[in-house]
Amino acid sequence: MALLEIRNVTRRFDDFVAVDRVDLSVNAGEFFTLLGPSGCGKTTLLRMIAGFDQPDEGAIVLDGIDLKDTPPEKRPVHTVFQSYALFPHMTVEQNIAFPLKMARQSEDEIRVKVKNALSQVALNDRAARYPHELSGGQRQRVALARGLVNRPRLLLLDEPLGALDAKLREQMQIELIALQRDIGVTFIFVTHSQAEALALSHRIAVMNHGRVEQLDEPDKLYGAPKNRFVADFIGNVNMHEATVQSAGATLTLLLGKLGQITAPARAGVNVGDAGVFVIRPEQVSIRAASEASSDPNQFVGVINDFLYTGDVTTYIVDLPDGARLEALLPNSAPGRAKFFELGDPVRVSWKAEAGAFLTS
Amino acid sequence: MRKSPLLRISAALVFAFLYIPLIVVVIFSFNASKLNAEWVGFTLDWYRVLFHNERMLIAARNSLFIATMAAMLATILGTMAGIAMHRFRPRFLPFMALTPLAMPEILLGVSLLIFFISAFGENALSLLTVIIAHTTFCIGFVAIIVRARLSGMDESVFEAARDLGATPWQSFRLVTFPLIRPAVVAGALMSFTLSIDDFVITFFTAGAGVPTLPLTIYTMIKIAVTPEVNALSTLMMLLTLFLIVVASKVAPDLFRSKRLVKDDEAESKA
Repeated sequence: MALLEIRNVTRRFDDFVAVDRVDLSVNAGEFFTLLGPSGCGKTTLLRMIAGFDQPDEGAIVLDGIDLKDTPPEKRPVHTVFQSYALFPHMTVEQNIAFPLKMARQSEDEIRVKVKNALSQVALNDRAARYPHELSGGQRQRVALARGLVNRPRLLLLDEPLGALDAKLREQMQIELIALQRDIGVTFIFVTHSQAEALALSHRIAVMNHGRVEQLDEPDKLYGAPKNRFVADFIGNVNMHEATVQSAGATLTLLLGKLGQITAPARAGVNVGDAGVFVIRPEQVSIRAASEASSDPNQFVGVINDFLYTGDVTTYIVDLPDGARLEALLPNSAPGRAKFFELGDPVRVSWKAEAGAFLTS
Repeated sequence: MRKSPLLRISAALVFAFLYIPLIVVVIFSFNASKLNAEWVGFTLDWYRVLFHNERMLIAARNSLFIATMAAMLATILGTMAGIAMHRFRPRFLPFMALTPLAMPEILLGVSLLIFFISAFGENALSLLTVIIAHTTFCIGFVAIIVRARLSGMDESVFEAARDLGATPWQSFRLVTFPLIRPAVVAGALMSFTLSIDDFVITFFTAGAGVPTLPLTIYTMIKIAVTPEVNALSTLMMLLTLFLIVVASKVAPDLFRSKRLVKDDEAESKA
């Protein structure tokens, strides 16, 4: 049985439907992520799990028990808030001891657990400090230690890395994964950053307009998005309007004026269906127009722009029909920043099994 | 920015206008003459006379008792009102709590008098009615101070307390109250000074049997402004000043025009 079940939950604020018939379950020990743009309902869902808000319809069930009548303090669920919400009038130690005191544990027990929690987040030397004396990363770790110290069944994390700078965020991501693995507490993580979600999660629910668009493992989400929204939201993607010309072991698609391509088959697709063809920039090969390619799908275009990001360069190629295509080339050769110049004619190509045709 | 001389002069004049009369009172309380006309010599006699004046001591005891009780009641009720205003954002409560602050005192005094007489009879006026009257106009002060403090704080701290296992009462006792304590103390001190200084409302609600310090001073100067009154005024001024200073220490943000910087923002880069 799943640890947490969200059963057909709906939450409305006046006319606005914040969460719309969401149905999902989270397994024990899982690092589960709710991912979506702001306003997609992920935080509302989190607040209902924590008990700060109630569903209008549906049920939230933890360990087989409906949480409807359980106030926040009685739920074995703790939250790490976006602002950390450390108690400013308590020291680090007192902050971490708070949930243990509320659970009426003995002084001795509390002392041992706080000490362990402090060393787990490497803050032993900050025990007597107040939150305002700590850096952003340290506060973050105190909030984590406080949320985990009495081992809740579920730890909710509401964009906890949002306030940190890029370098620190990466470091905290690694710490989060290690902490979750060591302690084994189930995490539900809320973020609008797809990179963060992909890096951290076992499974991700992509949300938009209050609904779950797709629930999958990170590689499946990235590699096989179910619809345009997911394809576009997770990572970079090239999209081109397409119509199905023949459907069999493979699909033959007509990409407008560009011509025909061969794409992977997809169940439930019929000849004449209109939709989009999506392909990731790193699946597109790029070479000089004069060189030949054995790929079945290839077009000649012109370099319009490029984006050098150190490890890779993204080339933006103008195709004959006016469409743009992004192609990624790793800069593996030392000292090599780019292979092509603006205006160079290039050949872009991809394999028959790359990309996907999406109707919704 | 450079301040113009005109601005300095006008500021100096305003302060002079405000404080010179107070300074004169203080100086003449040490004057050996019985008249407030010329300086004759230094004396502490008037303070000695004051402390042997039975009427004055009774009035002082009344005033202190009323101010203490009114401050206590107003602090409890005002804190509750301030929290309610912040948490539930009611539409009318702020008006109801703040109106007594803006209303002319005489209006409040007369209406309270009529209320007490018609509700409790001709002989209703007593210490209790003064305390109730003072409490009503102090509640608003406490409420706005408490609400101002709350609105500068990160809301999720209160949710975090509940989230981590605190009942609503524990959450108030262990998190909310410690965080608003400076505002509560400042509110209590403000209430105390407002109550001890009040004349108009006290005049209407005290009746004959409850002389307070301001009422007694008033009866005394109907005859003549004696140096004894100057001495009493000086002492009340000192007490008020002391309470204001204490209030400014416990809740500095209420006396500074600088915006309260949240802990989070202040050092997030540290």
